[in-house]
Amino acid sequence: MKKKTWFWFGGLFVALLLAGVVSNFASSSPDGLDATAREGCTFNAAGEITGGTCMAQQEKDHQLAGSPLADYGIKGIDNPYLSTGLAGVAGVLITFAIGGGLFWVARRRTHQDA
Amino acid sequence: MLAAMDTQAMHIANGIVNGPVSAIFAVIAVAALAYCVRRGRDDLDERLAPMAGLVAAFIFAVQMLNFQVLPGISGHLLGGTLAVILVGPWVGALCVSTVLIVQCLLFGDGGLTALGLNITNMALIGTAAGYLLVVALLKVLPKTPASLSATALIASIISVVAASQGFVLEYALGGTTDLSLPTISGTMAGVHILIGIGEGLIAATTVATVARVRPDLVYALRRFRSAAPTPTEVPA
Repeated sequence: MKKKTWFWFGGLFVALLLAGVVSNFASSSPDGLDATAREGCTFNAAGEITGGTCMAQQEKDHQLAGSPLADYGIKGIDNPYLSTGLAGVAGVLITFAIGGGLFWVARRRTHQDA
Repeated sequence: MLAAMDTQAMHIANGIVNGPVSAIFAVIAVAALAYCVRRGRDDLDERLAPMAGLVAAFIFAVQMLNFQVLPGISGHLLGGTLAVILVGPWVGALCVSTVLIVQCLLFGDGGLTALGLNITNMALIGTAAGYLLVVALLKVLPKTPASLSATALIASIISVVAASQGFVLEYALGGTTDLSLPTISGTMAGVHILIGIGEGLIAATTVATVARVRPDLVYALRRFRSAAPTPTEVPA
């Protein structure tokens, strides 16, 4: 039993390391979808559209843009590495808790023990 | 007005596809996920349930890791194929959806209005395409560890391109700007082949690692390679 449990801690540890540390070295270029959405428009230094026609023109703000974890940072933490890293750690733990919790509740019970 | 072009946002934002079409895809997503819950419960035993939670958490983590694919353009894992191999198609689609819902509600990524669009592309189309490829490839390839990695790589590439074309379909139905669809389709496919290769390498490494240390936790090895009849239905 003990031998098998290390896999879960190991897996969770790797996820926390990736989201908490490695995430700070991720590319900050727009992803494939975002880049395609911006194609055809020109942008100023602040990232605002200055001309042209592109999908991103009609983009609207997120309803929850003011969330404390919005844009993968923790509101109020100024150090960008700490902010991104902690947001990543929070995301992994929240996803594991919600996902794991729901899947556990929904699981098929082979043995009916109270 | 124009939203800030934040490079942290990775999924379809609000306003790119119009309200009615977004609503239709929200309904499609809810219906498909309900079906996945029903089918997934047959798979969810005491071994798969914690694995599914871990897979969701891992996909969340790896989605933060944007890698450069072209100058000025990055990509990130979507996770459908990885989820299919580790936890199966039904629970896999639910794993990716869990990640997308957490990202949308807590991290402000992927518009709330666009949630159904994002779930349809990445959790449903991406997972379904990955599933078909994984089942087919594991059937024809020799039963070796290298085959499992090759399956993860090839299925990931095609699954990511399929998901990207899901967006093109949604844009064709409800795009808010008048642009050439063949151009969008070609650009999306081209860049997502590169993203798919990156995703495939991550998925192959992950799957190979799990298969080495805990082969009993790899759904694809338990189910798609056994003598049992192969399921023929696809999610969604």
